[in-house]
Amino acid sequence: MTLSFRIRCATYLTGVCLLSCGCHTKPSPVQNLAAGQVRPIAQINDSDDGEWHRATKDFANRRYSQLDQINSNNVSRLRVAFTFSTGVAHGQEAAPIVANKTMYLATPWPNILYALDLTKPGAPIKWKYEPHPSPSSKGEACCDSVTRGAVFDNGKIIFSTLDGYTIALDAESGKELWKTRLADFTKGETITMAPMVVHDHVYIGNSGGEFGVRGWLASLDAKDGKLLWKAYSTGPDSEVRIGPRFKPFYANDKGSDLGVKTWPPDAWKTGGGTVWGFLSYDPTLNLIYYGTANPGPWNYVQRPGDNKWTAGMFARDADTGEAVWFYQMSPHDLYDWDGVNEDVLVDLPLNGTTRKVLLRPDRNGYLYTIDRASGQVLSANPYAFINTTSGVDLKTGALQHIPDKAPRVGQVVRNICPVAPGAKDWQPSSFSPQTGLLYIPHQNMCMDEELMAANYIPGTPYIGASVQYYSGPGGHMGELTAWDPIAGKPAWVIKDKYPIWSGTVSTAGGLVFFGTMDGWFKAADAKTGTILWQFKTDSGVIGQPITYRGPDGKQYIAVLSGIGGWPGSIVAAKLDTRDGTAGNGWGKALPNIRNEVTAGGTLYVFSLP
Amino acid sequence: MSFRSREFFAFALLVSLCACKREQRIFDPGSAASQPAGATPLTEVGAGTSPPPGNRPNAIAESAYAVGEGKRLYQAYNCVGCHANGGGAIGPALMDSEWIYGSSLEQIHSTIVQGRPNGMPSFAGKIPDYQVWEIAAYVRSMSGQLPSDVAPSRSDHMPMVVPEQSRPKEHPGAEHPQPVITEPQR
Repeated sequence: MTLSFRIRCATYLTGVCLLSCGCHTKPSPVQNLAAGQVRPIAQINDSDDGEWHRATKDFANRRYSQLDQINSNNVSRLRVAFTFSTGVAHGQEAAPIVANKTMYLATPWPNILYALDLTKPGAPIKWKYEPHPSPSSKGEACCDSVTRGAVFDNGKIIFSTLDGYTIALDAESGKELWKTRLADFTKGETITMAPMVVHDHVYIGNSGGEFGVRGWLASLDAKDGKLLWKAYSTGPDSEVRIGPRFKPFYANDKGSDLGVKTWPPDAWKTGGGTVWGFLSYDPTLNLIYYGTANPGPWNYVQRPGDNKWTAGMFARDADTGEAVWFYQMSPHDLYDWDGVNEDVLVDLPLNGTTRKVLLRPDRNGYLYTIDRASGQVLSANPYAFINTTSGVDLKTGALQHIPDKAPRVGQVVRNICPVAPGAKDWQPSSFSPQTGLLYIPHQNMCMDEELMAANYIPGTPYIGASVQYYSGPGGHMGELTAWDPIAGKPAWVIKDKYPIWSGTVSTAGGLVFFGTMDGWFKAADAKTGTILWQFKTDSGVIGQPITYRGPDGKQYIAVLSGIGGWPGSIVAAKLDTRDGTAGNGWGKALPNIRNEVTAGGTLYVFSLP
Repeated sequence: MSFRSREFFAFALLVSLCACKREQRIFDPGSAASQPAGATPLTEVGAGTSPPPGNRPNAIAESAYAVGEGKRLYQAYNCVGCHANGGGAIGPALMDSEWIYGSSLEQIHSTIVQGRPNGMPSFAGKIPDYQVWEIAAYVRSMSGQLPSDVAPSRSDHMPMVVPEQSRPKEHPGAEHPQPVITEPQR
C-alpha cells in the first residue's frame, strides 16, 4: 500500500464520517475507533498553579489545565460570573492572562491593556495602559487589527502594538518599564502575535506577509527590552542565523544561503515568511519551535524556487537563536499556506518506544508528527478534506502536489481544497494527556482562484490573486476534530456552520471549550465530543478560552467574545458580501453573517453557582 | 434627400453627439504627478459658509474609456488588495452607500492623493493626476454612480461580483440630502 493510497483512504474515512453526521452538535465517531476510547499519555507535568501566564498555558503549547472542579458531570450548571466590555468592536483573538489575582486583557487596535482585580466582586479595572498606536497601522494589517494577547513573566506583563512596538509594564502598577520599536508599519510590517518568554528572552515576530515584508523572529532582553538577536526567514545564512549547528533532516534544506538562492534575484527581500503564530519550547533540548508564514506574493509564478525559509518551521537554540533544524511543509507555496500553526510538544508511544515529537496541524491540511530533536517527519495524515495534494513523501519530506489544482494566471481554477486560510489558520488546538487527543479547531472549505500580476508598492498589499471561498464536502465550514495522534486519525468531529475560528482549551475535568463565529461558547465531552453546555455571547467567539483558579479557590472559564479577524472582518469592518472576494475571499463564504452577528468586545467569565 | 434618410441622418447625428463623451479620449492629461487636492472639503458642514459644492461634471467620469482605464489602474496600484472588487477587505467597501470621507469625484480624488488617517496610504506624487481622476471615476462606478453606458461591463476574469454597469445606484447620504422641514406638513 503506497503512502498516498493510505492518505486517500484516511481522507475517505474522514469523509464518510462527516457525511454520516447531520446535526452539528452531535459528534461523529470514526470507524474502527469507538468514541469514548481514551489513551492517556504520560507527560512530565509541572503542578498546575491554576494561573494562565501565557497564551499557550505551558511551554509545550498544550493549553491543558489540570483543574477539574468544573467537569463533565457539573458543567451543565455553568453560569456567568462576570463580564467586561473591552470597548473595542474588532476581532478579539487574545487569551486572557491570569497571574497574582489579576487578569490582563489585550485588545485589538488601539491595543489597550487592562488589568482586572480578581479579588473584588465583578473584577473592576485595577489599571489600564493605552499606548496610542498609529491609526495608519490599521491599513497595514491584512486580517483585522487583531492581537493574540500578552504574556506574564516575572512581575512583568509584555505585549505588542499593531504599529510595531513591544512594551513591558509592571504587572502590579501598570507602569511602563520599557518600549522597543521592532516593526516598521509604513512598509507593511505589523505585530499581532502574543510574545513568548523563555529565560529572559522575549520572542516577537512580525506580521505583514500580504505586504511584501521580510519575516523575522526577534529576541529582546526581558530586563530592558534591548534587542538580543533577530533571525530572518529569508536572505543570507548569517541573517537567518544558520551556522555550524544547522542540521536539517532532509536534503532539500541543506546547502548555503538557500534563503537567497531559492528565490529570483532580490525577491527574498520582499518574500514574506513572517512569524506570527505561537512558539513552543522544549527545556531539555533548549530549543524553541515556530513556523514561518507564506512567501509573497501569493502569485507563485513571480517567485520560482523553493522560497526558503518560508512556509516551514524552525527549531532554534532558545538562547542564541541559531537554527538547529528546519522543515518546509509547503515549499514554493502555491496557496498562501502560512506555516505558522502551533507545534504541540508531546512524548508519544510509537511502535513500542516513546518518541519526543511535536504535533503540527498545518495549514496545508496534514497533521505532522515530527521528531522534535531531528526534524524527521514520522507521519503526515490529512485531518481535513484535501484535493490539492496527494500526501507527503516521508523519504524526502516533500508535499505531493496535484498539478490540476495549481492556480493559474488569467484562468480560474475551481474547487481548490483547502483554501488560502488553510485547513486551519491561527486558531490554536489543545492537547489533553488525559484522553491523548489533540483538539483541532479548523475549516472545511474550498475555493476558486485566479492569479494576476502583483506589483510591489511598499505599504500596499502584494498578493496577485483573486480568491473566493465556500464550504467543503458536507456543506459546513467549521470542524472541531479530536485527533488521535497514535492511530493517526480523528476520534470524533464536531461540525459547525461557520469556520471554528476560536482556540480550544482542554481540562482535567474531561472537557474541551471552544467558540463559534455565530456567538456560541460551548463545552464538549473530551472523550465523546458530546456538547454538554453552551452559552450565547453577544458577538462571535474567535478568541482563546482559558481556565484558572480564582482567589476564592473556585475554577473559572474565561473567553473574549468579539467577531473579527480574517473571516470576521466581514462583520467588524462592515464589508459588502455582494462581492465574493470581499475580505480577500470571505464574501462568498459568509454572505449573510452581518445579518446574524454584530461586532462587540466582551470578556465572559463563567463558574459554577 | 428623402424624408426617411433625413430622419435617419438626424438620428445618427443625435446618437453620435450622445456618444461622443462616452468615447472621448483625453489627449492632454495635464501635469504628470498628482496635484495637491486643494480645498476639497470632506464634511457637510462649512463654518460660516454655504455648503461645499457637490459633484462637478468631469469629462473623465463621462468617458467609458477613462473609467475602463480606472478599473485597470485600480488593480495595478493595488487598490484591489485593500478594497477588493468593491466589497472591501483591509479598507472599507466601495460598492455600498457608506462613505467615510465623501463620495464625490473630488473627494475620492482627495482621498487617493492625501491618504486618510485610518489606514489609507497617500499616493501623492506617485500616480499621474489624470490617472487619479480615472481611478476616482471608476470608484464611483462601483456603487452605480455612473451611467451604465460609461461604467465597465462584464470583465474577462473570475466572476465574483455583478458588473459595475449593472449595479444598483446606491445613495450616499451626503449627496442626496432632503430639504429640512420647518413647517407642519398637514
